[in-house]
Amino acid sequence: MDVDWELLRTSLWPIVRAGLTGTIPLSLASFALGLLLALVVALMRLSGNAVLAAMGRAYVSVIRGTPLLVQLFVIFYGLPSIGVVLPPWPSALIAFSLNVGGYAAEIIRAAILSVPKGQWEAGHTIGMSRGLTLRRVILPQAARVSVPPLSNTFISLVKDTSLASLILVTELFRQAQEIAAFSQEFMLLYLEAAAVYWVFCLVLSSGQTRLERRLGRYVAH
Amino acid sequence: MSPTDSRTPPEGGANDPVVAVTELRKSFGENHVLKSIDLSVSQGQVLALIGPSGSGKTTVLRCLNGLEIPDGGRVAFRGGPSVEFGRQVPRRQLAALRDRSGMVFQHYNLFPHRSVLENIIEGPVQVQKRPKAEAVREAEDLLRRVGLQDKKDQYPHQLSGGQQQRVGIVRALALKPALLLFDEPTSALDPELVGDVLHVIKELAEEGWTMVMVTHELAFAREVATEVVFMDGGVVVERGHPDQVLREPREERTRQFVHRLLNPF
Repeated sequence: MDVDWELLRTSLWPIVRAGLTGTIPLSLASFALGLLLALVVALMRLSGNAVLAAMGRAYVSVIRGTPLLVQLFVIFYGLPSIGVVLPPWPSALIAFSLNVGGYAAEIIRAAILSVPKGQWEAGHTIGMSRGLTLRRVILPQAARVSVPPLSNTFISLVKDTSLASLILVTELFRQAQEIAAFSQEFMLLYLEAAAVYWVFCLVLSSGQTRLERRLGRYVAH
Repeated sequence: MSPTDSRTPPEGGANDPVVAVTELRKSFGENHVLKSIDLSVSQGQVLALIGPSGSGKTTVLRCLNGLEIPDGGRVAFRGGPSVEFGRQVPRRQLAALRDRSGMVFQHYNLFPHRSVLENIIEGPVQVQKRPKAEAVREAEDLLRRVGLQDKKDQYPHQLSGGQQQRVGIVRALALKPALLLFDEPTSALDPELVGDVLHVIKELAEEGWTMVMVTHELAFAREVATEVVFMDGGVVVERGHPDQVLREPREERTRQFVHRLLNPF
């Protein structure tokens, strides 16, 4: 196979740019919203209130038990039939946030449970309420435990956003597809897209290492 | 700092007990851990709770500050709160109960993600809403008194067990509670570190802090406690002056327990 170096060179920046303006913002925004949602769901499941716990469990079950692509299609192509028409970007944001929420809820719940009971008691005995103990004592320790699994979720999310190309969001993979269709160089363009994803994920993984070191500075080595 | 700094109760005579416990009951499932316990601790008294494991002594301590919710009975602090158990207890009342006492745990339970100083000022600043500068100054004074002034910026994992426990004591003192609770404060320590911690507790006793301590250190109890309470099977078997309970116990069960602890082989 002859490599069209000129095409590789001219297509690189449009693909990277689509990654920087589509893939990355979509990933960051969905992850942030998803984490908030996950924290709420985790606390619902830990609340001791049977109704809230059941709602949380049902949500996690539905999200984990259905394909992301189906969730995306239900929101973008399905909702219009009941009169809710959302543009591509918001549709993708909602679908990915809901998805992250379902997976991260279990990670956060496990991380909270991993903090020893004595830490709750120590908080209570210095007069802290449950909410204050959670915020000042439990969550900072849970955060450290949950960084590695949450990083996995984030890296998966970055790659999963390529599915948004199927609901017309201009992101990295859609840009590569358009150039490929135009130039008929499918192998070249798809490998190029793969390489750009890989570099993005490498950079993001190094961020994980730094974050772990920062959060872990109080732990014995 | 001395206990006279502690928030003086708004009502109640000076001769009333700091805390009075009546008919305290607690079960875990079928296991009746406490069967109607009555106790009272007066100002400046150091009460040592001794007894075999499973006797309920730690549960009594944990009921005093609402870490365990008794099934029945009453815990009344001089000047309030007075909490009647047996029905749903409002969370506000449990919080009021906790505000009256400071607790030192067997396993220290320091906050691992906060420095020594941050551990100590957490309660005064976050809960009591006192100015940070003042809380820091007091924390540093307290640390100096327990010989840890140069450790204030270290994290708990950088300290020995004995040092961690002294920080645990300072964290409790910083809240200026009416009552200090110690749950086997030296049981998790290496033998050579026990002395440092007991020394600090003894000083607090001499300063007049009111304390309840669950302990297996009988020699220490005899030297420092003003009253020893021997519990077994969820009841108070015997109580009295340390010399009497530990040297000439009236009850056979007390005699056996003391004998076993003093002659382990």
